[in-house]
Amino acid sequence: MSKFQGVDYYNIDDHFSEEELLIRTTVREFVEDNVLPIIEKHYEAGTFPSDLIPKMAELGLFGPTLPQRYGCAEVNNVAYGLMMQELERGDSGVRSFASVQSGLVMYPIYTFGSEEQKDYWLPKLASGEKIGCFGLTEPDYGSNPGGMITRAEKRGGAFVLNGAKMWITNGSIADVAVVWAKLDGEIRGFLVEKGTKGFEAPEMRGKHSLRASVTSELVFQDCEIPESNLLPKSGGLKSPLMCLTQARYGIAWGALGSAMACYDTALRYSQSRIQFGKPIASFQMIQEKLVHMLTEITKAQLMCLQLGRLKDQGKAKFTQVSMAKRNNVYHALEIARMAREILGANGILNEYPIMRHSANLESVKTYEGTHEMHTLIIGEDITGIGAFA
Amino acid sequence: MKLAVCISHVPDTATKITIGADGKSIDTTGVNYIIGPYDEYAIEAALRLKEKMTGEVVVISLGGDAHKESLRKALAMGADKAVLLKDASPRDSFSVARAVADYLKEFSPDITFFGKQAVDYDNSAVGLMVAEMLGLPSAAVVVKFEVKDGSLLAEREIEGGHEVVEVKLPAVLTMQKGEYEPRYPSLKGIMAAKSKPIEERQPSASSPKVEILSMLKPPPKPAGKIVGTDASAVPELVRLLHEEAKVI
Ligand SMILES: Cc1cc2nc3c(=O)[nH]c(=O)nc-3n(C[C@H](O)[C@H](O)[C@H](O)COP(=O)(O)OP(=O)(O)OC[C@H]3O[C@@H](n4cnc5c(N)ncnc54)[C@H](O)[C@@H]3O)c2cc1C
Repeated sequence: MSKFQGVDYYNIDDHFSEEELLIRTTVREFVEDNVLPIIEKHYEAGTFPSDLIPKMAELGLFGPTLPQRYGCAEVNNVAYGLMMQELERGDSGVRSFASVQSGLVMYPIYTFGSEEQKDYWLPKLASGEKIGCFGLTEPDYGSNPGGMITRAEKRGGAFVLNGAKMWITNGSIADVAVVWAKLDGEIRGFLVEKGTKGFEAPEMRGKHSLRASVTSELVFQDCEIPESNLLPKSGGLKSPLMCLTQARYGIAWGALGSAMACYDTALRYSQSRIQFGKPIASFQMIQEKLVHMLTEITKAQLMCLQLGRLKDQGKAKFTQVSMAKRNNVYHALEIARMAREILGANGILNEYPIMRHSANLESVKTYEGTHEMHTLIIGEDITGIGAFA
Repeated sequence: MKLAVCISHVPDTATKITIGADGKSIDTTGVNYIIGPYDEYAIEAALRLKEKMTGEVVVISLGGDAHKESLRKALAMGADKAVLLKDASPRDSFSVARAVADYLKEFSPDITFFGKQAVDYDNSAVGLMVAEMLGLPSAAVVVKFEVKDGSLLAEREIEGGHEVVEVKLPAVLTMQKGEYEPRYPSLKGIMAAKSKPIEERQPSASSPKVEILSMLKPPPKPAGKIVGTDASAVPELVRLLHEEAKVI
């Protein structure tokens, strides 16, 4: 089968710079050579392909928008988005790994950390020598993280953490966890290193989605960390939400990658599968599906491009990020399901990437703010009335 | 060491080629161009040598502005400087070689690398013509090499095996797939390439020795033959493969 050539019905490539396109091509080739050949095996086994970590680091895929002084590439947000798109064309789990490392670990350390924390952690996280995770969600507080139970208490020259986090991507493989906990009633960020006494990160099993990604619980029982592990500039629910805006931005692009993989697979399949003596692509109902898929992909591409340009100008609102995450994941999942239908029985096989993308996107639709929560975020923005509770 | 790498900018190997209206060139609409795959081995070989011995890697391409895309990628992989011998008009191998040789005479690299062939016209000609024009020793279809004092040992692919040759420096090598699997340009490399220079030069002119008269698609494949649909057809299939197709 010939190589994936991208999806660009509206000549949107004309709006990307030479560097942005080269970054996209590079990550596309990387995914083609390193992710696609091994991903089904990992998905089936329920393991994260950790061999990819040093390779992704060498390419510069961790914290790529951060300054060069920390060993990062300092690319713009559009290039970052294109990179996420290509990673998720491989697998949502692989993109999630990069999202967490960049948007949810390096970003908060860069934004809320002290100079010492930045100098120590950012180069190690950029080079993949250290892996991070982000602990916000709790068993009883998902869409409503502000209600979190996890607490930090100052005891002498240390903080003591108690509580539990759940659904934490990379938890069991992380060297450092960015943990959100209440200190005197205010949400603050803390760095907890692997192996700290009173800290465990057991892996959660039994997922039917995002199987090539590690998901864990984080358990803190009188877990004592040095005072210097507080992220000094963090304060309030706004801090973790700022991180989520970064990661959601990447997801908006990432979902496009999954959608493109499914559309491309379905288009090719429909041209070669013969029923009633003709390729199934010659039937109107199949064409309608393909046209719908391509139209939604094109709309999502335009949305991402403009959102990225706004973000590069420092003008993107978090509600605009919500709109792109909400729309693009919704349609990516719809496209994955339509693609599955076009492939008939073959659609459920791991010979094709569709069922994996479709199952993955169920998680993507829920994490980083569910579809409904993003509806409420935008709803509040346009009506001025919060409808969360 | 001064290392030069001459690269071509060719249609992606996955492209479906259609012949243009003039019948002498390809229709370039929608065609995606890449660095010639063998030229990428050449770039990688030069970069590894530079990393081992220090020096400078200059990439050179003859063609129109579109070639800058490939030059930029080579810079992103780690080359230090690029030169575009700017001329978008069609040239035959000889006149490309003449212009490249004229430029190299002035630049005088210790080693000049080419891909063993460009995958567009498949002539495998330019690298060795340049060596001849400059009166330099050359080794073609090289999979691996090692630099010693004032010379290099090159391992070349030959029919059914490998051959090791020694050539004096300065020399010209044309590279084959082997030791030098090309690296991906890193994001940092891509950003750094933005500030690396692409120098534009007017290449020397020369009259072509070869003129393209026409381009033809390969004849369409004749329809396949179904010998049978169950196991009873196997003996007949084996007989046909043996006696008619003569492949077993
Ligand atoms: C694979 C995976 C990886 C994850 N990784 C991380 C991670 O790394 N770090 C982290 O902190 N979290 C992570 N999460 C957690 C994720 O962010 C939460 O699952 C998500 O925020 C939703 O919370 P919940 O599952 O508790 O659902 P709930 O909040 O219980 O929601 C259940 C349903 O109710 C709806 N709902 C809730 N409130 C309202 C309302 N007011 N109005 C209307 N509808 C409402 C929701 O939209 C949803 O449909 C991950 C989740 C998954 C599945």
